[in-house]
Amino acid sequence: MKNFSNKYIFIYATVLVVIVAAVLSSTAVVLKPYQTKNIETEKIQNLLAAVNIEASFDEAEDMYKKYFKEELAINKNGEVVSRYDIATDKLEGDIRPFAIDVKKHQAMLKSGEDVAFPLYIYEKDGQKGYVVPLQGSGLWDDIWGNIALASDFNTVIGVNFDHAGETPGLGAEIATKGFQEPFIGKHIYDANGNFTSVPVKKNATGNEVDAISGGTITSTAVSDMLYNDLNFYQNYRNKIVE
Amino acid sequence: MSAKNLKLIKNPLSKENPITVQVLGICSALAVTAQVKPALVMAISVIVVVALSNVIISLMRNTIPPRIRIIVQLLVVAMMVILVDQFLKAFVYDVSKQLSVFVGLIITNCIVMGRLEAFAMQNKPWESFLDGIGNGLGYGLILVIVAFFRELFGSGTLLGFQIIPESWYAANGGFYYNNGFFILPPMALIIVGVIIWIHRSRNKDLCEN
Repeated sequence: MKNFSNKYIFIYATVLVVIVAAVLSSTAVVLKPYQTKNIETEKIQNLLAAVNIEASFDEAEDMYKKYFKEELAINKNGEVVSRYDIATDKLEGDIRPFAIDVKKHQAMLKSGEDVAFPLYIYEKDGQKGYVVPLQGSGLWDDIWGNIALASDFNTVIGVNFDHAGETPGLGAEIATKGFQEPFIGKHIYDANGNFTSVPVKKNATGNEVDAISGGTITSTAVSDMLYNDLNFYQNYRNKIVE
Repeated sequence: MSAKNLKLIKNPLSKENPITVQVLGICSALAVTAQVKPALVMAISVIVVVALSNVIISLMRNTIPPRIRIIVQLLVVAMMVILVDQFLKAFVYDVSKQLSVFVGLIITNCIVMGRLEAFAMQNKPWESFLDGIGNGLGYGLILVIVAFFRELFGSGTLLGFQIIPESWYAANGGFYYNNGFFILPPMALIIVGVIIWIHRSRNKDLCEN
């Protein structure tokens, strides 16, 4: 076996690492646009799923343009700070609501900053309604989703949830139809107009949805996510309903 | 192709199969075989990674200082795996989501490091390439067999297409239920065990005394 000097080993290792780094970073730069597009398409699919439209990867964008009319960004006083018209591609305001990173804005909201959250306006079978994006923490990792409301900003039309790493068979069940369908027809305000959200509980009654047995922490996380995220839009709701 | 080279591809499919004989790469065989599609993509990813890193290491074999050879191998494997992962994320996004962490874990798949250390360090690039293809195929073959049974009996589908007629299901007034046990990882271990059993009973020279 050949003998290699220490100097050779150091130079060899350094050169190799530099080459590998160059290859990886250039690939990442070249492929970035494709990857971003995929993530956006998935977000669109999730929005459509909330209004009970199943769209394949290829048709998602066309379906979005067909059923969704406007994207709004709402601040905590319920004012519209940006408005994006989907059909005409016209933006009023400084950021397209679709591009808002909800997770980042939640952190900024906690530290007291004045931030806005997206609200989507759709129209399906002649009925106008709203879709609110959701973002929260499950047992292991992030959970997120969308909830579609009818024009009264009260009746639930549909929901969809997804997760990064909840326990398969238990918490991960939030991503299934069996868990999501009972939300349809529930209300986020009670008869007296008080905000209740849709609680997820064991032995659910009335306006509640049954928790997943064995997935209690994830179920509670969904419940909290719905309450906290919908709560933010109350001022906006009061403006449009009255 | 010479007989010797052909052997490099054929042997890992049966008598030197990485999973059933060398017992390498079992962990991912359990994790990605609930359905055929992710198993296929995983198999292709492993074939690409083993074959290409075998070639790269083989080309470099006379320049690699023995004292740091494992680190060099690891660096090459890690680079290949990240490249594969980036390509999956860009072009087959839904599959890359399903495979999630397992693509990254190809780095630790014993097959890859095993072939680099045992074959590519001593052999020429073309032979190393064939050896990589052979071992990747041997791994992929078992993966797809396991996934075939798990998807068929666990979900009643193959590659997402319904195979068991809908009218058989109890929900539609039939008698049939999907076997939920097939979806769970232990079933992969049992199927791999059955494959090893059949394989050894047909190849007596593989049996230990």
